[in-house]
Amino acid sequence: MSFLSLSEWGFKIVIGTLLAAAFGIILGLVFKGIDRKIAAHMQARVGPPIRQPFRDVAKLFIKENIVPENAIPWLFNLAPIVGLIATISILLYLPIGGLNPLFGDKGDLILILYLLIIPSLAMVVGGFASGSPYATVGAQREMIVMMSYEFPLAITIVAIAWRLSSIVGGNVFSLATIVANPLWNNVGLLGFIGLILLLIVLVLVTPGELSKIPFDVPEAETEIAGGLLVEYSGRNLALFYLTDAVKTVVMGSLIIALFFPYNLSPLLGLNGYLANTVDILFYLLKLFVVIIFSVTLIRVGVARLKIDQVVYTYWIPLTLIGLIGLVLLMMDARAFIPLGW
Amino acid sequence: MKTTYTLPIGPIHPALKEPVMFEFEIDGEKIVNVDVKAGQVHRGIEWIGTQRNPIQILYLAERICGICNISHPFAYCRAVENIADIEVPEKAEYIRVIIAELERIHSHILWAGVAAHEVGFDSVLYLSWRLRENVMDLIEYLTGNRVTKAMFTIGGVRRDITKDQYPKIENTIKYYRENMGKLKHVFLDDKTFKLRCRDCGILTKDNALKLCAVGPTTRASGVKKDVRVDQAYSAYGDLDIDYITPDILTGEVKGDVYDRIVVRLLEVEQSLDLIEQCLDRMPTSGNIAVEEKIPKLLATLKKVEGEGIGRHEAPRGEVIHYVKLTGEEHPYTWKVRAPTYNNILPWIPMLLGEQIADIPIVAASTDPCLSCTNRVAIVENGKKNILTGEDLHRLSVEKTRRLMRK
Repeated sequence: MSFLSLSEWGFKIVIGTLLAAAFGIILGLVFKGIDRKIAAHMQARVGPPIRQPFRDVAKLFIKENIVPENAIPWLFNLAPIVGLIATISILLYLPIGGLNPLFGDKGDLILILYLLIIPSLAMVVGGFASGSPYATVGAQREMIVMMSYEFPLAITIVAIAWRLSSIVGGNVFSLATIVANPLWNNVGLLGFIGLILLLIVLVLVTPGELSKIPFDVPEAETEIAGGLLVEYSGRNLALFYLTDAVKTVVMGSLIIALFFPYNLSPLLGLNGYLANTVDILFYLLKLFVVIIFSVTLIRVGVARLKIDQVVYTYWIPLTLIGLIGLVLLMMDARAFIPLGW
Repeated sequence: MKTTYTLPIGPIHPALKEPVMFEFEIDGEKIVNVDVKAGQVHRGIEWIGTQRNPIQILYLAERICGICNISHPFAYCRAVENIADIEVPEKAEYIRVIIAELERIHSHILWAGVAAHEVGFDSVLYLSWRLRENVMDLIEYLTGNRVTKAMFTIGGVRRDITKDQYPKIENTIKYYRENMGKLKHVFLDDKTFKLRCRDCGILTKDNALKLCAVGPTTRASGVKKDVRVDQAYSAYGDLDIDYITPDILTGEVKGDVYDRIVVRLLEVEQSLDLIEQCLDRMPTSGNIAVEEKIPKLLATLKKVEGEGIGRHEAPRGEVIHYVKLTGEEHPYTWKVRAPTYNNILPWIPMLLGEQIADIPIVAASTDPCLSCTNRVAIVENGKKNILTGEDLHRLSVEKTRRLMRK
């Protein structure tokens, strides 16, 4: 590789990363605003304007950043930055609209699984480093919730990759492969049911991953006063807020990539920039629908669970549903009868 | 080796609507020990009362509690009427009951919203507080105010409820008859509510009796205790009223948070019945107060001597006011015992063995009203002290000796 192409490549990476970060943050905040507005309307309230999350972040950034006396300052300040960076880096591996991911050929689903743990882990570290009993309880709970949802999440991803491996060769964990071969087109009736079950599991893992009601035990406002985040203020809190916003986009994009990777442009016969625009708009629509179903609707409709109930929900019913989905996909691979579409 | 850690909840905490201090000893997520420290909102109300005349105290009594702003004047008026032997006109008694029951409706629905918020179900908080608006509007229509209603006076009430106001009251009753089903469905049939409230914060009948719990808290444990029935005062004697216990609806008494929700929701329906009965039986004419001219009433009260007790079943339980008048302008003593005072100790058996996640809903399940309750705070040299049983015994021995020496 010559120096010129190397520098060109580096330039692409830097600009791409910055663009992805800006895209993730802005989109995340917009969707946070939409989520709040829709939730408010469901609860018969007016709700804040959609730009409210932007104002919140702007306000937080000019506020004082307090580090508690018995906190470990470097760890306490590092955790939010690590969380945000890890979350944004996932965006570099996820396909957005018709665009291929920036690092599409360098990472796969397994890497994304690992990267998804880092923001939660950063919050745990930050919680333990704040030296508050509420944050400690919150950090313990976050770890337990993490352990609970990882299993059904892993089942979903493995099941999809495994089914894909019986259709195409190559790295089945690679998102490019998954997006190029939507499973819905390649399975029979059993596989179809299995995929629906897996989709349900992934939709229910999302609120756990994002610490939303009913799985918001690590932050539980009325119980432990914000838990992990109780001691955070100013810039650090804003960073965690942004992490949460970007993570919402990431989880939504993951569901879209695994289950709804379709694009409008081939259907409309478009190409070039117009195709990209249409695909991104369609992607935003899909993201909107996915976030409404996996975050807003659930958090408006139920009460917060207790920690043991969270573990039970993830380990018993959701794991079972995931396993049934896996078995159905396996049976489908044995006796593959295409549905004709 | 098992290690526990302390988790302070309070004095200011999002789970608590008013300041109170819990010190928990926690093992993992389980509560092993709990200590309750009240006294953070002591306002010296009783002392202020003894600097004022009996009519002025009426307004002070209303401001003991924002939600029970009828219960306290009700009990206070009954205490003073008890001393002065004042017979309240029949119509006034009915109006008193109507207003008191309207207060119960709004208080219980308000509580339902708070309970929903404590378990993280904010949609239900908004739903129930929206339902509550209707009764608040009615209260405003009848009394002129949403909160401090200034409806009571010694020997009667200050505003009449006339025949042409009946339709609005009936409309509200109809509105709640139609909508209580919805609220009951949300609270009693919702799966996540059941998960959080069933078998959580259990107060056994034994403990409820031993710790003298009052109000819906004790009735949810199966203890049949309700001042309105036990000592039918005011117009309650003429009305068809019975104890509300959870077995009426569910067929069993568990004494958990869920049962407390059941009791409160049933009591709202009972209050609707009571108001309807009052409207049926209330005389259409007659005085609403024995003496409408306040200076004249005050002159009578200044001459009276003696002590009296007034009891009333507030939404949270029995409230007792004790007043001693000595023929002077200011009362010698005015003692208030709010229902939450009795419901503090039952918190301990309810909370022991539960999880951290249960603290907010269990604490809220007795519907605590702490600024009503806080009567004493011992402050010496800028430090707050807590008197133990031994201290109290020593102090009383000292006082007895002092009295004997005189």
